[in-house]
Amino acid sequence: MNYTGDVIKYGDNIDTDVIIPARYLNTSDPGELAKHCMEDLDKTFVSRVKNGDILVGGFNFGCGSSREHAPIAIKASGISCVVAKSFARIFYRNAINIGLPIVECPECVDETNDGDKLEVDLDNGVIINHTTGKKYKTTAFPEFIQDIIKSGGLMQYIKNKK
Amino acid sequence: MGMTMTQKILAKHSGNKYVAPGMLISAKVDMVLGNDITAPVAIKEFEKIGAEKVFDTEKIALVPDHFTPNKDIKSAEQVKLMRNFARKMGIKHFFEIGQMGVEHALLPELGLVTAGDLVIGADSHTCTYGALGAFSTGVGSTDMAAAMVTGEVWLKVPEAIKFNLIGKPGEWVSGKDIILHIIGQIGVDGALYKSMEFTGEGLEFLTMDDRFTIANMAIEAGAKNGIFEVDDETLKYIAEHSSKPYEVFTADSDAEYVREYTIDLSKIKPTVALPHLPENTRPVDEIGDIPIDQVVIGSCTNGRIEDMRIAAKILAGRKVHKNVRCIIIPATQNVWKQCLKEGLFDIFIEAGCAVSTPTCGPCLGGHMGILAEGERAVATTNRNFVGRMGHVKSEVYLASPAVAAASAVAGKIVSPAAIMD
Repeated sequence: MNYTGDVIKYGDNIDTDVIIPARYLNTSDPGELAKHCMEDLDKTFVSRVKNGDILVGGFNFGCGSSREHAPIAIKASGISCVVAKSFARIFYRNAINIGLPIVECPECVDETNDGDKLEVDLDNGVIINHTTGKKYKTTAFPEFIQDIIKSGGLMQYIKNKK
Repeated sequence: MGMTMTQKILAKHSGNKYVAPGMLISAKVDMVLGNDITAPVAIKEFEKIGAEKVFDTEKIALVPDHFTPNKDIKSAEQVKLMRNFARKMGIKHFFEIGQMGVEHALLPELGLVTAGDLVIGADSHTCTYGALGAFSTGVGSTDMAAAMVTGEVWLKVPEAIKFNLIGKPGEWVSGKDIILHIIGQIGVDGALYKSMEFTGEGLEFLTMDDRFTIANMAIEAGAKNGIFEVDDETLKYIAEHSSKPYEVFTADSDAEYVREYTIDLSKIKPTVALPHLPENTRPVDEIGDIPIDQVVIGSCTNGRIEDMRIAAKILAGRKVHKNVRCIIIPATQNVWKQCLKEGLFDIFIEAGCAVSTPTCGPCLGGHMGILAEGERAVATTNRNFVGRMGHVKSEVYLASPAVAAASAVAGKIVSPAAIMD
């Protein structure tokens, strides 16, 4: 799996409340959620995000609530992949379970700017910043997680197993 | 190599003699929890793969508490979906308005979770049950759906951090001050992916309500779970609340911890977390003059009977400041009934507070206490992120019920000692 896109970058501790505020949680419709993604952090996100863009964040990305609506909103807004220094635990699980690719790479985050063109190669564990020309090695997912992703998410994975 | 409490519970539930940190396991769950925000998403996933029945009708708890009593048509539709699913599947533990409570206060109170259990919940504060010596952790809706089908969850065995509690807490210092102090020390990602294990002689000074509050906020340090050593206090609570079989797991003397902290409870002062992260903590006496507009006393963190009693002790014979709205929300019907019996509501109403039926409403900015632009609240809840309780330019300060009640009277954030002298 290979994703190439323009970077939208934020800082540390991007919490689920700003990814999708609780006032919109009376629906679980992905399209509706995407309309309000990042609204409390950056009002311009929804208008500038394009299909395939890559979201870059600092430490503890997705901290806070267990709401799966957060990765759902990010995915539905067109983001192809999230790269961060670290992810909050529940967000990490949720992203894998719904099939939103996520990668931890602190060095890449430090050296990547908003607007850069990034290529994330999940199979080989490599990220290339085409704007700066730099290349980064990332850790590949454990086999079990790769199986979930290949199945298209956790529910399909357990269905296949049954 | 020895194992921590968490490792032992995970080993038992995954059918292993030993599990090491980093291992991926599939573990059997004793309870799966969902609320009116997360369960509807799980139910849709459950139905999408054509599942026809749940793994066990007695091991699933569905608690509509976030937008309930329903604030609008959309939230009513979400609960309706959940209610219909519970009926269709024969799920025993669905709690309608009038029996329900804030989920993490309700489940222990009803004895649905107990020592040695493995509990997952589609709510981040599911880590609360670690107070009982259980492994409990928050997950998302898809995890919940999968567990409702299979009765199992995939988990990575966490590394552990040991918190050795010593000393006796001083006056006005409760579980909330202790956990805010700890998060202030280690940061909101200080325990990322890890287990926080609480032990030490200081435990004897902590009530169960203190421990529920501390375990509840383990997630605010990024932890996978928080867990307390089981002692006589725990066993007494279990005997009074649960008829379920339980098992006590004790950490081995050679269990491995990636870090250890000694926390002297006698040195902790009443503590407040300033906007916009739970790690921005400071002793209440050092924050200067901060006028406030609203106080909320309640939530899964601090809506239990002890919290109500301490708030009443401070509000008795006093009035809420004219510039402040004070909202009090007992976390469950039982806490409500107990407040009524003890005359606490008389005190609250005399003081000028508003008392609500159980709900998570204001804590997550759902309803029943939303903040306008520029407004400031002191809340006994667990998060003070940007826009948490309303307008993106409002502010939430996290504090204990004692500090919150005292602040309601003073009209600014103060220590209880400041008004009780």
